[in-house]
Amino acid sequence: MKHQLSLQIGPVAFRIGSAWRAPIDALARLYAGYPEPERVCDFTVRLEPEQPWRRWIRPSVAIQGDYILPDAAPMSLAHGLLAAEMGMNLQMALGQKTHLLLHAASVEKDGRALILTGESGAGKSTLAALLGERGWRLMGDEFALLGLQDGRLRAFPRAVSLKNGAIAVMENEVAPERFGPRLDGTPKGAIRHMRPNRLALEAMADPARPVLILFPRFGEAAAARAVGQAEVFMRLTQASTNYVSLGAAGFDALTGLVGGCPAAAIDYPDTTSAIDMVEELWAQAA
Amino acid sequence: MSASRRLVAALRDPDRAGEGDWNGLIAAARAEQLIGSFAFRFEGRPVPAKVESILEAARRDAAQARIQALWEAEMTRRALAPLGVPMILLKGNAFHAAGLDAAIGRSVGDLDILVPKTSLEAVETALLGAGWERLKEAGGYDDDYYRRWMHELPPLIHRTRDRMIDVHHTILPETARPRPDAAALIADSIALDNGLRILSPADMIVHAAAHLFADGDLAGGLRNLWDVDRLLRQFAACPGPRSGADEAFWPRLAERARRHQLTRPVALALRLSARLYGTPVDRALAGRDRLSDRLFAARLLARNGWGQPVRPALRLAFYVRSHWLRMPPLMLARHLWVKARS
Repeated sequence: MKHQLSLQIGPVAFRIGSAWRAPIDALARLYAGYPEPERVCDFTVRLEPEQPWRRWIRPSVAIQGDYILPDAAPMSLAHGLLAAEMGMNLQMALGQKTHLLLHAASVEKDGRALILTGESGAGKSTLAALLGERGWRLMGDEFALLGLQDGRLRAFPRAVSLKNGAIAVMENEVAPERFGPRLDGTPKGAIRHMRPNRLALEAMADPARPVLILFPRFGEAAAARAVGQAEVFMRLTQASTNYVSLGAAGFDALTGLVGGCPAAAIDYPDTTSAIDMVEELWAQAA
Repeated sequence: MSASRRLVAALRDPDRAGEGDWNGLIAAARAEQLIGSFAFRFEGRPVPAKVESILEAARRDAAQARIQALWEAEMTRRALAPLGVPMILLKGNAFHAAGLDAAIGRSVGDLDILVPKTSLEAVETALLGAGWERLKEAGGYDDDYYRRWMHELPPLIHRTRDRMIDVHHTILPETARPRPDAAALIADSIALDNGLRILSPADMIVHAAAHLFADGDLAGGLRNLWDVDRLLRQFAACPGPRSGADEAFWPRLAERARRHQLTRPVALALRLSARLYGTPVDRALAGRDRLSDRLFAARLLARNGWGQPVRPALRLAFYVRSHWLRMPPLMLARHLWVKARS
């Protein structure tokens, strides 16, 4: 394709091609400092005009690639960076078959990992991003990759996708050069991408042993309750995009994870109390 | 050399694939739904570590897809067992159920089955009673079109397993010019040990050829032609109770192609399989190469190293051809009119 870029994010290499220059330039700026990608890529993503003439006239970006959703709506060229991110997410959600993929954020300390999972909007992304600035290593805000053989977690530290209220929270915390452009009017409201810090990038190849699973929920009075293994298992099967297609290997990996980790659901009214609760539960688990 | 041409060359002879643009090969193989077959072709061969990990995952995925496909066939068999009608698996499901070479790494989407036309209604009722649901609105244009003119019921989807089933009563639309002998397809079908049935070897080739060259627009055709290559190699080479004796296979294929009025599509399938995949074929049955064969080959190979379809004019021409084959001109005009307004 006319413009292209390869990215290495944790164990996964992407090849992104685009009919336009702007999305590739935006990606290159956002992913500055990431390691040199492998020559052979796991996945190909393409950003191409929805119709040939839509390259120039009211440009409209269709997300294409190895794995696609047939009815995905095209996006405006102004949101080209988001389209590229969604294209990469799509490859992971539909095509990732070497790890059990959990829709979860994760952070690491002393070689041990904390998994944060929950519904979209529960605040796991923001919480993980904050922890990543406060003594933890951010492993990923969106996907956690569980090894099928060794049960260890691999980092997937793509740019953190901050939405709406979370944008200001992180802007107070992080230097401006680590942010992508603010994208208003996307299907999910305002979005701004944030590059994880140096620690997250330098250690992205280091796996970690999962020791605690949390289900955070934003907007409630502070409360924590232990979650039994059966419930954790069921919630994680729903949080996984490839649990079914991995068959027995997926079942073994997931039961291994659930059997070896305590889990708790935490409700929190604000980020400060969330961080305190996380640190306290972590101290108990460790 | 284009990516799809390199893909074909690599499938044909993995030893000679050598070093090259793996990204392009993998993207083309995925786009053509051939990544599983490709991965098994390269099993045990020296490839870069990253390629090995991608192909290893593709092989695991194919093995799991095979389990799911067989399970879906079994669940359907159970749903239809009380009716006592023959249920014949078609295409990928048949290859997997019978353990044919064509099944190695073969992806399977929908479950395709063939049943006698007289039992269509009973089959549909049984499926609807066993958890399948309509995908097309009952009584709408599409639903009506399927029931009047197609060779299959409107697709059904299973409520919990989320898998589609196409129930065929023959192998070409009622509106197509060739009139395959559906009764003969069923009469000559073969029972497997697991209670499932498949078409006879010759009919399997005829069906593959009909599907490729007498029906669709050849999108995804490389995979279907790979089926033809694998099936022909197996049927023509190894004699046995299921595959027919090697010597007898080609005359039998010629006879079945005639009976189903599909001699030309079968000959074309043989020529293109030989041209692209080097399949050894009976030259008398395949006939002499024609100039138009090159157009078919070019259409099949219209894919670049980003997995993008190329040659839009050629693809459009084949799309138009597919509709022309499928229905008479007046009916086509009406169909396009309705579709344009919807």
